[in-house]
Amino acid sequence: MLNPQLTKDGRLRHLITLDGLPKAILTEILDIAAPFTEVAEREVKKLPLLRGKSVFNVFFENSTRTRTTFEIAAKRLSADVINLNVATSSTNKGETLLDTVDNLCAMGADMFVMRHASSGAPYLLAQHLRNTGRDHISVVNAGDGRHAHPTQGLLDMYTIRHYKQDFTRLTVAVVGDVLHSRVARSEIAALTTLGVPEVRVIGPKTLLPTDVERMGVRVFHDMEEGLKGVDVVMMLRLQNERMQGALLPSSQEYFKCYGLTEEKLALAAKDAIVLHPGPMNRGVEIDSAVADGANAVILPQVTFGIAVRMAVMSMLAAGN
Amino acid sequence: MTLPEVKQLLNTLAEQIRPQLTPDTALVGIHTGGVWVAERLHTLLGVSQPLGSIDVAFYRDDYNSRGLHARPQRSGIPFDVADRHIILVDDVLYSGRTTRAALNELFDYGRPARVDLAVLVDRGERQLPIAARFCAHTLSEALPADSKLALQRDDHGNLSLEVKSA
Repeated sequence: MLNPQLTKDGRLRHLITLDGLPKAILTEILDIAAPFTEVAEREVKKLPLLRGKSVFNVFFENSTRTRTTFEIAAKRLSADVINLNVATSSTNKGETLLDTVDNLCAMGADMFVMRHASSGAPYLLAQHLRNTGRDHISVVNAGDGRHAHPTQGLLDMYTIRHYKQDFTRLTVAVVGDVLHSRVARSEIAALTTLGVPEVRVIGPKTLLPTDVERMGVRVFHDMEEGLKGVDVVMMLRLQNERMQGALLPSSQEYFKCYGLTEEKLALAAKDAIVLHPGPMNRGVEIDSAVADGANAVILPQVTFGIAVRMAVMSMLAAGN
Repeated sequence: MTLPEVKQLLNTLAEQIRPQLTPDTALVGIHTGGVWVAERLHTLLGVSQPLGSIDVAFYRDDYNSRGLHARPQRSGIPFDVADRHIILVDDVLYSGRTTRAALNELFDYGRPARVDLAVLVDRGERQLPIAARFCAHTLSEALPADSKLALQRDDHGNLSLEVKSA
């Protein structure tokens, strides 16, 4: 089957998920992102690649970091950026998602950056654009439900490559609330595609999906055991807002078992790097000493995120 | 058509530039061929300022039709562009569109005092009002529009000019 994210000649048309995206495209995105990091050092922090294009940021869920870095990325590419505050928009008056989108298309949208609480919403949007003959409009998934957060996955890959160069010699641990995490799904898909020989997931049974082994990972319920010798620790946020019922006794209990402290980090490789997609819950999944420590690359992640989002948007603009 | 030796062209170009050099002058090569030429000129002329390079992939006017397929290189301007004399260096001058893109990119780093253009070969057929102040060789007859004239570098670092037809 044709990958709905790619054009007939294999260029990127939408970015919905990293699952099933060829290694060549993943690598191309990371390669194109590299020169974009340098734009931040110029007097004029702008490139003309998206000049005259309108990018609509449509966020049906809260976000600060992702929305802001998408906005900065689009503006550095000279696009016109329109941020929709969905909380005060017509969806609250009963308008459907696709009606909202049709109206934005009528305003001349060239690209949608969309976050939605429902898994599959960006895919629905891409299908709708295709069915209505508006294939030239691209969709970037900025996080949908528990499904995927592809640009977060990509910026994590960029960060890992920046510090560790070669994916094929790494042991990577993804730690925490995998069950509710679209970030974890995108990370695992990308790590596997890029050839990381050992991906571990660490977390309590209640916070791991039942079929998690099918993603090609080694499962650990004991964090000390799972962190031994790893090169990269990818922490996840405990997503209290998505939890229904009693999955955890308390956040203190969680911190005791699965919070990343200096003592636990000492079990990983000496030069291990620690990633976190933000926002961090200090004292829940990560200790402040680690979050602010020498191994953490959490703030570089944010900076690289701009370059990676610039790469994705410029490839989409070129592909369509 | 026989193409001239690159080594000779480099010497000619260096001698054209030499009288105009100031302690403030910096060379900026345009990826890929222009950087090779700029590297040689930098050595031949003993330029004191560090060498700059730019990739115009993100500034081209045909970006929408060509896409980003060629791997873009990192641009690097290791000096302050403001109020400086800059010589843009390229291997071949043709339509002038690459030079236009390079000028746009250069000005995003600051406002230079003066910008000159130095090329090994001018193949004519300009589409924009651009001229090279320093030029080692001008082709006597036009090449077919779909052919590509560019500098090649072999494994030993030797440079040569080559025409590729589409």
